[in-house]
This record gives sequence, C-alpha cells and structure tokens, in this order.
Amino acid sequence: MRIEDIHQRLVEKFGIDAIRELKTGVKDPWIEIAAHRISDVAKFLHDDKDIVLDSLNDLTGSDWLETDPKKKTPCEPHVEVVYHLYSYTHRHWCKLKVKLPRWRDGVAGELPEVPSVSHVWSIADWHEREAYDLVGIHFTNHPNLRRILCPEDWEGHPLRKDYEFPLEYHGVRGK
Amino acid sequence: MSLTLEDPRIVEFDVRTDEMLVNMGPQHPSTHGVLRLLLKTDGEIIHEVTPHIGYLHRCAEKIGENLSPPQWIPYTDRMDYLAAMNMNLGFALTVEKLIGMEVPEKAMNLRVIISELGRIASHLVGMGAYGLDLGSFSPFLYAFREREIILDLFEEACGARLTYSYLTIGGATHDLPGEITIPPGLAQLTGRDPNLRLQWVDALRMFLDWMGPRIQEYHTLLTRNAIFIKRTANLGILTREMAIAYGCTGPVLRGSGVDHDLRRDGEPIYTRMYEGYNYKIPVAPFDAAFGKTPKEVVLGDNWCRFFVRMMEVAQSIEIVRQSLDRYPTAKGEFRVPFKMNQKLPADEVYLETEAPRGAMGFYVVGDGDAEPFRARAKSSCFCNLSVTGPLCQGILIADIPAIVGSLDIVMGEIDR
Repeated sequence: MRIEDIHQRLVEKFGIDAIRELKTGVKDPWIEIAAHRISDVAKFLHDDKDIVLDSLNDLTGSDWLETDPKKKTPCEPHVEVVYHLYSYTHRHWCKLKVKLPRWRDGVAGELPEVPSVSHVWSIADWHEREAYDLVGIHFTNHPNLRRILCPEDWEGHPLRKDYEFPLEYHGVRGK
Repeated sequence: MSLTLEDPRIVEFDVRTDEMLVNMGPQHPSTHGVLRLLLKTDGEIIHEVTPHIGYLHRCAEKIGENLSPPQWIPYTDRMDYLAAMNMNLGFALTVEKLIGMEVPEKAMNLRVIISELGRIASHLVGMGAYGLDLGSFSPFLYAFREREIILDLFEEACGARLTYSYLTIGGATHDLPGEITIPPGLAQLTGRDPNLRLQWVDALRMFLDWMGPRIQEYHTLLTRNAIFIKRTANLGILTREMAIAYGCTGPVLRGSGVDHDLRRDGEPIYTRMYEGYNYKIPVAPFDAAFGKTPKEVVLGDNWCRFFVRMMEVAQSIEIVRQSLDRYPTAKGEFRVPFKMNQKLPADEVYLETEAPRGAMGFYVVGDGDAEPFRARAKSSCFCNLSVTGPLCQGILIADIPAIVGSLDIVMGEIDR
C-alpha cells in the first residue's frame, strides 16, 4: 500500500483534525499526526488488516531551532517525533511525524508531552527512553521513562540545539 | 508437636528466601563489552533482568550535527567496530540517497566485495566469542586466525585494521590495491613463500578457497557438538511475534523464522548493489540444503540464531566470489567525487542497510548547509538487546551468557 492510500484510510477513520498533513514531493513522504491522537493512530496502523505496520524501525526526535543568527530559520521552532514504520506482512513503509512545541506551555524546562506508543510496539519502550534522554520529550503513559544512555543525574538533554555542555560533572571538568 | 534442632522445618525459618539482586558486569567478560545486567534472582532462577547501558556513550549524533558527512564517517567506524566497513556503507548510502547520487557499477562492485568480507570477519568474531561464552576456547583462536587474513587484506586496501573509513560517500577512498606481498597468515596456512608478490584479488581468491572448507571444521567444533547443542538448543526461545514487536533484525529475526533480508527486501538504492547475485538467505527452520538440524532444536532458540550466522559466512563467501568475477569488467570509476563541504539539500531521508548484526539505520536531515541538521544512527544491537529482559525470565544464571551471546551485541553500537 502506498503512503497516499494509508493517508486516505487514516483521514476516513480519524478525520482531518487528527491527520493534519500528507507531505509529498520529498524523498521520504510523511504523514503528520496530531500529538494527542498518535497512540490511537498507531494502534490502528498496527492492527488494521490491510495495513499491518507491525514493525517500528525507528523512533526519534529532532529539535528544530536555528541557533546560527546569520541564517534564516527554516521554520517555526518546534520539536518533532519521527516514526519509521514497516510492514513485514505487506512489505510497505510509512513515516509519521508529530510536531510539538519546544517547551510545554512555553515555559523553558517543561518538557513537551506526547502519548507513548510502547503498548503497540514493545521496542518503542527503549526508543522513547532514548528520545526522552537525548532530545527531551516526555512520553505520557510510558511504563518506565528513565534516562537510558546518560547517567540518571545528568542535567539537560544533549540533542537540544540550545543545550549547554556542563562545565563540571562529579569533579570531572569539561571543556 | 515440638520443634527440635534435627527437625528439617527449622532450616526453613533460618534461610532467607527473598529475592537477591546481583550485578552482572559491566566488566564481566561474557557480556561483550561494558554491559551491566541487573539480575533479580531467587537462588539460581532469574526473575528479572534489567540491562543498563550507556557506558560507551559519546553522543555521536550531536557530533554529527557539527561535522560534514565525510568528516562523520570515522565516527560511524566506532559504532560497530567489528564491522566498521558495513557502518561506513550504511551512512554513505544514506547521504547518497539524500543528495540523489548514483554510484557507478565499479564502486558498487567494490562495495559488495568489501562489505561482505566485513560480514565474514564480524561473524567470525561472533562465532568465536560465542564459543568463549559457553566455555570452549579453541574456536575463538581459529576464528581470529581467519579474521587476521581479512584484516591484512583490508590493511592493504586502506591502511587501517579496525576503523577503516574506507567506503565513503560516492564510492571508496581508493581503488582496490594491485600487487601486494602475500599476507603472512595466508602464506603460512597455504604453505607459500612469505615473500610472494601477487595481485590483491588473487590473494583474496586464495583466501576464499582456503576458507570454504574450514566452515565444516567449525560445524564439527561447535554446531554439531553435543555439549554446544545442550547449552543452546531449546533455550532463549524468541517467537516470531516477539522478534517483530521488539524490533529485532538480522540473524536474530531470521533465526525466529522471518524471511527478511534487506539485501533483497530493502530500498532500491541498496538492493541494486546485490542485483544478479546468486545466494541463499538462511532462515530458520532450515531446509535440507543447509544440512541436518539437531532434533533438540526449537524455532527461534539460541542454536538457530547461531546457525544463521554460520550459514551467512558461507553465503558471503559465494557473493564475494561472484563479485570478484565481475570486478575486472565493471564499468565506471571507483568513486564519484564528493567535496568535504558540499551542501546538503533541505530534505530528510532514512535508510536501513543489512549490517552483520541487523538493520543499521541512518536518518539524516539536511538544511542547505554542509553539516546535517540532524544525524541519527538507529542501532540494530540496541533493539536486539532490548529483548534480553523478556527472554531471560525463569532461566538459570548460567544460561544468561548463552542468551546474551546469541544476540551477538557490540556495545559501541548500542551506546553510540
């Protein structure tokens, strides 16, 4: 099934409010989903007989903030969660995106929230922990949202574009 | 009835029977690097395993945002350092997909030779180290003897023995070498003059001819060894559904009976490299062409995963042979130039390639600058390791190395 058909099915099922956009004309087309519906959409994509996207190949986040003042900002500052899905049954790909504000309610330090999909794909458990750890996205309903790669007492989220490298960690000097 | 000291029931009150927490690693030799497993045990029985990772974390993804793609290639070497060639290839192909570059036939041919050799070398370590985990030392020595020759050949091609940075964006940094002195290990094993000068491709052919029959010896040492079968068969059974849910890829997935190999089922930019090659993809349950399966073996157990790797070595030898036959007549150059500061288009791509340990994915976002806006490496071992917890429930402590070893993880790739 092509991504256009999957998009069509999703719009029929969830409406235009939840399924915001189909981005084509790029190398990997994607569907943008409203953050609060991602869990239901994921469940539907996993279970529907014609789609069966049974594998979550990759889940990651990226921070869209241009820190170079000389350059034009590519778009409004925001944070994205990107889902790369694959179906072993039908051998097709799909890519989903969820766009979030950089900080919840605009308060710096408050992580943006998105529902977890770890009950749909078990691997999302670890991928979401990594996205939380490095990009700073809070996955609600996650069974065990702890840091996975950085130490538990690490401060900040390194893949944020405005992350500042710590000058000292437990007596070890940085920079 | 009164209790006396001889009464066995008294002992029951004295022995603590609650759960015990045991730390396995991060220095335990059977954990393949700095992996720490936190075990919750009841005597010898495991109740829960929690892997703790991150000891090798360098945040390579952050570094990737500050370097141009050719500069980041050496960092991909250090992810899966046992199959650095395949990591280079994965990232190079992703960037080529982003900029829409087509590499010539000769470069593709060279890449097939090199990356399949990398797969053989990596699986040899996997096999040897798995033998070590289960207490048999000698296969490790044989595996390293063979791997040494591959490393010598790689050294002639690019100068490095572990972190090659050889396959790069647009092809490879150099063409395959011409005349070389025979690798010392190969001269010794085949009884040639150690000063013999010969073509690199002929040395490789000589090695493949010698290597082919050796696989039978490994089967005698490990695969069909009664002790080995007892330690691996019917243990750590990973069902097909679980393997897919936990995102397992590569030999772990094929050992669970999913017929999926990105060299055949991947994206066109990758599969066109392997067009026209004649090879089989080993998938459990194994058909008769791969030999007899011991009767204790269950679909998806440790033995299946190990056997998939062993069979892939044989298949990779076949692929390299066919590729060597094509190499002299392959058209084009070994490289399309790619400037160090070449601008990347404002687009984003994700590409997975079949590395020896599974599907290695790279996700690169360009924004019109030479440095990618976001460079992400999705590790196959990361996903394969995540299944350890559910796999290790209710087994004995002594079986943990057998299960973790059968997943064949490399911590450099997991922690990135």
